Amino acid sequence: MPEESKAKAASPHGGVRVMTGNEACAEAALAAGLRFYAGYPITPSSEIAEILSTDLPRLGRKFIQTEDEICAMGAIIGASLAGAKSMTATSGPGFSLKQENLGYACMAEVPCVVVNVMRGGPSTGLPTLPAQGDVMQTRWGTHGDHSIIVLCPRGVRETYDLTIRAFNLAEIYRTPVILLLDEIIAHVNEKVELPTKVRVVDRVKPEVPPEEYLPYAFTDSDIPPMASFGTGYRYHVSGLVHDETGFPTNKAENINRFMERFGRKIDRYTDRIVRVDRDFQEGAKTAVVSYGSTARSAARAVRMARENGTAVSFLSPLTLWPFPEKAMRELGRLVDHVIVAEMNAGQYAHEIEWALGCDAKVHRVNRVDGEPIRPRQILDAIEEANQS
Amino acid sequence: MMMDLTKYLRKDKMPLIWCPGCGNGIILKAMLGAVDRIGLDQNKVTMVSGIGCSSRATGYVDFNTLHTTHGRALAFATGIKLANPELTVVVVTGDGDATAIGGNHFIHAARRNIDITVVLYNNWIYGMTGGQCSPTTPHGMRATTAKFGNPEGSFDISKLAIAAGASFVARGTVTNPVQMSRYIEQGILKKGFSLIEAFTPCPTSFGRHNKMGKPLDNLAWIKESVVGRKKAETMTEEELKGKLITGVLADVEKPEYCELYDRLIERSRAERGEPVLPERETISARAARAEGEEL
Repeated sequence: MPEESKAKAASPHGGVRVMTGNEACAEAALAAGLRFYAGYPITPSSEIAEILSTDLPRLGRKFIQTEDEICAMGAIIGASLAGAKSMTATSGPGFSLKQENLGYACMAEVPCVVVNVMRGGPSTGLPTLPAQGDVMQTRWGTHGDHSIIVLCPRGVRETYDLTIRAFNLAEIYRTPVILLLDEIIAHVNEKVELPTKVRVVDRVKPEVPPEEYLPYAFTDSDIPPMASFGTGYRYHVSGLVHDETGFPTNKAENINRFMERFGRKIDRYTDRIVRVDRDFQEGAKTAVVSYGSTARSAARAVRMARENGTAVSFLSPLTLWPFPEKAMRELGRLVDHVIVAEMNAGQYAHEIEWALGCDAKVHRVNRVDGEPIRPRQILDAIEEANQS
Repeated sequence: MMMDLTKYLRKDKMPLIWCPGCGNGIILKAMLGAVDRIGLDQNKVTMVSGIGCSSRATGYVDFNTLHTTHGRALAFATGIKLANPELTVVVVTGDGDATAIGGNHFIHAARRNIDITVVLYNNWIYGMTGGQCSPTTPHGMRATTAKFGNPEGSFDISKLAIAAGASFVARGTVTNPVQMSRYIEQGILKKGFSLIEAFTPCPTSFGRHNKMGKPLDNLAWIKESVVGRKKAETMTEEELKGKLITGVLADVEKPEYCELYDRLIERSRAERGEPVLPERETISARAARAEGEEL
């Protein structure tokens, strides 16, 4: 093999590239320290697995194509307990299948990253067409109460950045993190400039000797240090409600104590976790809220409105959950109308309506026909809201 | 078996959850005996289970233990083993856990021939949920969901594992714990997917619904039903009806998955250059939290 093609065959990192969201996600995962990937083929996420099946072994790391989505989710939890940063990627139906073990990862506080590339649903739905119908599923898909972190990029470079952030947040908060892409983001080719240096965070390991180690200790941070299997810390991990030792408990007092910490460990850090892109305009009475690929149409619509002399504010959450309540309420106090554009029947608008209360009226711009929302649709909604 | 196995137990978790007359404790002791004879480092043993009576075993043993979701022990175990092949991974599961809800993982783990030892407690019933039919409940026998006799046929789990590609398959019963412990030992030492199917009585559910009498009568039923592999070879199909064949049923040499993957890693590096990763600044989660994690 000549030198030149050898260089081409290896994935270069950094520099200016043309790539898709799925490619950016796979590359960023490697940069973030991904050591174990398990997955099952499903459109439109499969390229992530294809790339990693090639690149992971080259780095001496592991890839496995499992028999189903359930196994993939279980395998990444197991790998993470063995000390390997792990990830799986899927789409709608596969994400539904992962729910039980996703709940397990929450309950057992096992860091991992789950990528869900949204396609049209429910059921088999629209395998090759974009949608944003899994927003509520990412929050409430598993049974029971738990907090969760869900990141939602708007383009290829942002997919790269948020993939790295997903791994870092998973390590910091000992939790699964969901990276929510949609078919457009996954398959769009964009010119990006990738960073030559990335910041990577590793989980806190115990400093106490094994005999004093409590895998689910109540600490000041509410996030217990985590030992890897095989390192001399012999402990028990269970999906049952457990006390600080990790063993099941049925005592109301212990259950409450655990559940409070379990919720608090993410909720109390909401302000740190939440990222929104604010573009507020002085004097605007109308605002647009949008996320994922739809935010690109929304940004265009906002630009067009402003060119027409209409003042309009724009808010785009990069963190869907925890819900950016503060930013939403702040927006609600500034404007009378909030247009929420999303490729579903109004899932996030519902949450925004609750947050805004009587401060502002929510208008929905929705599509569920596999077509992206066009800037024109949002622009019309802006003009309509301004006239009401 | 007179060795002291208490060092492998989490004694503060006693008494066991299992009913009087249950055979699970006998299998657990047989497992620990095998671990002890091999001389495995307690820190390098990981025991993984699903959900059910047998799966509660992980709570009683002093290893790295993982009590997972129903049917999924092998999924989690696959991740552990592939991420760190140095660990000895033992899966504790039941007939329902492994071959009903977990059937897919069971056959695929065997197909990959990944070095995991599965000790399957087969009591022909769902015990923990109160005695429903399982995939191994013999046709015509009773359960809470089969008051008029089980209309379905049952799995021969060992045959299933052999057909799927397991490299070591053996069957024992709690009526012969020494032999069973040897099988588990062989299974752990075998590089590849090993299944030890262990017949165990469930007087509370299987026995009661099928009017099998006292716990000892349950054991007697197993004893009467057991036929060694060698003897079975001399019997007709008619004579073997309702019999449980014990012994080492498969012991073959074939490549193990984690080792095959290591070879794949070598091939992938030989063929093309490695991807160049960007420079990384690695910090601890604690430092990131203190900084307000400006990532």
